[in-house]
Formats: sequence, C-alpha cells, structure tokens
Amino acid sequence: MSEKKQSLAYIIGASSVGTLIEWYDFYIFGSLATVIATKFFPPDNPTAAFLSTLATFAAGFVVRPFGALFFGRLGDLIGRKYTFMVTLILMGGATFLIGCIPSYETIGFMAPILVLLLRFLQGLALGGEYGGAATYVAEHSPAEKRGFWTSWIQTTATIGLFVSLLVIMVTRNTLGTEAFNDWGWRVPFWVSLVMVGVSFIIRRNMHESPLFAKAKAEGKTSANPLKESFGNKYNFKFVLLALFGATMGQGVVWYTGQFYALSFLQKICNVEDNQVNVIIALGLLLGTPFFVIFASLSDKIGRKGIMLAGMLLAIICYRPIFEKIYQTTNLKNKQEIVANTKVDVKRELAPKSEVDSLITTTTTKEYTDGTKYKEVKKVTILADASKEAPKPDVKKVVTINNSDRNTLVLMVFVLLLFVTMAYGPIAAFLVEMFPTRIRYSSMSLPYHIGNGVFGGLMPAIATYLATRAKDMNDAAEKAGEAIVNTQPYLEGLWYPIILAGVSFVIGLLYIKEDKNAND
Amino acid sequence: MNAIKRILGIVWIGIGLYAGYYLFINQALPMWGKGGTDLVPAIIYTFILAPIIAGGMSILGYYALSGEYDEK
Repeated sequence: MSEKKQSLAYIIGASSVGTLIEWYDFYIFGSLATVIATKFFPPDNPTAAFLSTLATFAAGFVVRPFGALFFGRLGDLIGRKYTFMVTLILMGGATFLIGCIPSYETIGFMAPILVLLLRFLQGLALGGEYGGAATYVAEHSPAEKRGFWTSWIQTTATIGLFVSLLVIMVTRNTLGTEAFNDWGWRVPFWVSLVMVGVSFIIRRNMHESPLFAKAKAEGKTSANPLKESFGNKYNFKFVLLALFGATMGQGVVWYTGQFYALSFLQKICNVEDNQVNVIIALGLLLGTPFFVIFASLSDKIGRKGIMLAGMLLAIICYRPIFEKIYQTTNLKNKQEIVANTKVDVKRELAPKSEVDSLITTTTTKEYTDGTKYKEVKKVTILADASKEAPKPDVKKVVTINNSDRNTLVLMVFVLLLFVTMAYGPIAAFLVEMFPTRIRYSSMSLPYHIGNGVFGGLMPAIATYLATRAKDMNDAAEKAGEAIVNTQPYLEGLWYPIILAGVSFVIGLLYIKEDKNAND
Repeated sequence: MNAIKRILGIVWIGIGLYAGYYLFINQALPMWGKGGTDLVPAIIYTFILAPIIAGGMSILGYYALSGEYDEK
C-alpha cells in the first residue's frame, strides 16, 4: 500500500474510532433507559419514569442542533481537528460523570437534574462531532471514492450501538442481573473514560484537513460561517433541502430500524431484555457491512437514488415487518402446555408499611414450541379502604425459542438494510452540497435536526401513538363499543412513514445531484 | 417539472402550517395543562418541533413557489 493510502487509512481509522466512541457514549444511556428510569426518577410510577427518561434521551437529541451550530462555527473558523478534539473530551467527561451520579434515593431531585445536565452536554458534544468527522474524512478523500471513505464514519453509529449492547450484555452476565440493576449499570459509563483516552491520543497526532488548511492559507475561510450558512438565501435553501429532502427521512428510518425495533421488542412484545439485545446485536452485525456497500455503490451510480430507495422501501415495508415481529412473539399464536402452568401467590407486608399488604402473583407458562412466559403482578391492598390504592405493577417477560429468535434477527436485518441505504451515502451527499468555507456549519445543522430532533423523538412519539391507540381501544371495550384500531401496536409507525414519505417526495423532485459542485 | 415544483410549494406551506398547528394546539396545549412529566414533551413540541416544521417547511414552500429550486 502506498504512503498516501496508508495515511488515508490511518486518517479514516483515527476519525472513525473517535466517532464510534462518541456514539457508544451517547447510546449506552438509551440502551439502559429502562434501568436508569428506576434510578433517577421518582420510583413510584415506572411508566412516568420511563417516559421521562425517553424525554431525557430526546433532550439529549434535541440539543444536538445547538451543538452543531456552536461547534460547526468553531470548526469553520479555527479548523476541524481541534474542534472535534474538544467534542471528544466533552463527551467522555459527561459520560463518565453520569456513571458517578448517586441515585434519586440518595440525593433526591439533584439526581435527575444532574443527569439532565450531563445529557445536554452529551448532546452538545455529539452535535459537534459528526459534522467534524464526516467533513474531515471527506476533505481527505479523492472525489471518486468519497462515498466509500466516508462510509466508515457512517458505520460508527451502528457499531457504537452494537458495542454499547455488547458491553451491557457482558457486564450484566458477569455481575448477574441483580447486581447489574443495583450498581453494575454504571460500569458501561465508566468504561468510556478509557476509550476516550485512547482516542484522544490517536487524534492528537492527526493533521488539519488539507482543504481547510488550503482555504485558510489563501484567506478563503468565512468570517461568519453561521451568517453565511443560514443568513444567506442561496446557502439556506440548500440547508432546507438537505433537511426536508434527505436527513428528516433518513433520521426517522435510522431510529425506527434500530432504536424503535429495540423498544418495540421490549415494551410491546415483552421479549426478555438479554434476548432483545442479542437479536438487535446480531441484526446490526449482519447489516453493518452494507453501509460500506451502498456508499461505495453511490460513488458509481449516485447518492440520491440509493437514499430515496431506502426511504421508499421503509415506507412500504414497515407495517408488514413490525406485524411479523409482533405475531412471531404473540402468545395467542402458540399452544400452551396447560399442565406446566404454575401460579404462585405470596402475601406480605407492603414495603415501608406496617399495615398495608402486598400480594405478588407469579404466573409461569410454557408453550409447545419452547416459548416461556412469566408474569409478576404486584397488587397493594391498603388497610385504609377509603384511600385509593396504587395501580397494580405488572411485569411480563416472554422468553422466545431459537427459531423465533432467528426470524426476529432476519426482520431486524431487513430494517437495517433500509437504514444502510438511507444513511450510507448521506455523509458524502451532505459534504458535496456545501462549499468548504461553511461546510462544517451547513451540513451539521440539517444532519442533527433530521437525526437528533425528528429521529431522536421517534421512540417517544411512536410509543405515545401506540399507547393512545390501545387506550382508545380499552375505552371502546369498556363502553361496549367496537374497537377503533385492530393493530394499535403499529400506530407508532405512522410517524416515520409520514416523515419519510414527505422527505421522499421533496428529495425526488427538488434535489439535483452534483458531486463536484463544491470541490 | 418546474411548474410542479412551484405548485407543490403551496403544499409544503400547507403541511408545515397544519403540522405546526396540530403539534401545538392538539398535542402541546393539553400537555401544558396536565403538567408533571407531560411538560417535557410539551416544551419540545412547542419550542422545537412545531417551529422547525412550521417555519422550515413554510420557508421551503415559499422558496419553491418563488422558483428558487427551478432548474435553469
């Protein structure tokens, strides 16, 4: 391999590792949302705590565009390299500190406040990281292979999610579920400090982007990149096109195929947590090479067609795929072995009470295909009957068989193919849309609004839509009326379908591809 | 094709304004009233999502309508 190619491989590797670590840092929070909910938010309402955590997760996403503005401006003024060194340190520090915060039981409301603050810092850091890394790599790459080289940056988000799931699985299996839920969940956050340290040392030796260095030497950098990007009509209309014609659709496809698939399996299908992590991890492992494949293909046949094809396939296939996922785990489709059904009822004093009772009913069922079901229902009976008893706490866990697991892995893999089509070429696409002098600012903002705002809110909005549909059905049943929605669990998919549909039409009609326009 | 792009500008403006209205009036306002954990999505819908969709799509639609995206 020639010296120049070795240098390019080192540059790609160094940039990608740092970005991967930042994605890992960001995603361990989301991957542990269920556990974190019980630690940092008032524990008496798990649903509220869960939604609050999702909102915190969303807050981390919503802040990303602000990070894009702040660090994008910095990157266009002083350079790409130093800016994404700062983002790396900021992300690593915030992540490590999240792992150190005492629980709500120990420090009260300071706990969720500190979590929120550090989550904001994570969002700011990520907002600055991706645009810098993608711009940095693209500005080193030969034009005819820009898709291929930037695709390695595109793999980092999914690999970061995969690594986060892997670290969580290894930690949970090593410590045991109880210890993990107690304190072991902090370990994945602490691990980040080591990873960030290694990446910092690698990045410290990198040179500035040659295109930026050249622009700076020739006095062609922008004095006010934000004003030039967003205050100038010519550039701003491309920022809008990049957002509504590309990143909005790509963002919802990305989050539906990965994070919503994860929460759908956990919260709607009730599949056991470890199994869900394995299913998602296997799907990601199989699908990740396609980021590089589709991005390389985009170097030959164009970026727009592949991105839009990914969105269109997602629009058409989402409902059938998630229906398949739901029915694969639906116990109504399985044959129960009635003789093996066990019901265990335990009555004891309710926690922190000397008069109230807690009745715990544990039901276990087995099915002919090897599926197992466990339901733990906790009902509090108050000694004072005039007071309103808390809602029963019901936890359902379905342990699926290997055949069903393989079916679910295949479904997740197909979802990920849509992701790789929409996301693989987009770094090169965004870089090529804007000139060097305002590139970091101009591409970062639509990317992080599309992914951070539209995509990041996807799990929360979709969960809300599905819950609302179920509540409407329950209300109709109580009133003796026909149910409104026969598939309430699929209602959440309307959000990504509509947004990807709008992006598809705008992208198809308005985006004109010219790979060399801004070289 | 340029004519289609311009005409669709009205559609984008309409979608943007309707989505902004729906998010704020139908979704965010009831959440403001409820308070508690509903305040978080209320804030996000009111100050982030609704303005981006309503403002961004409307400006995109206006640019489309005025021929800024026409092929020369």
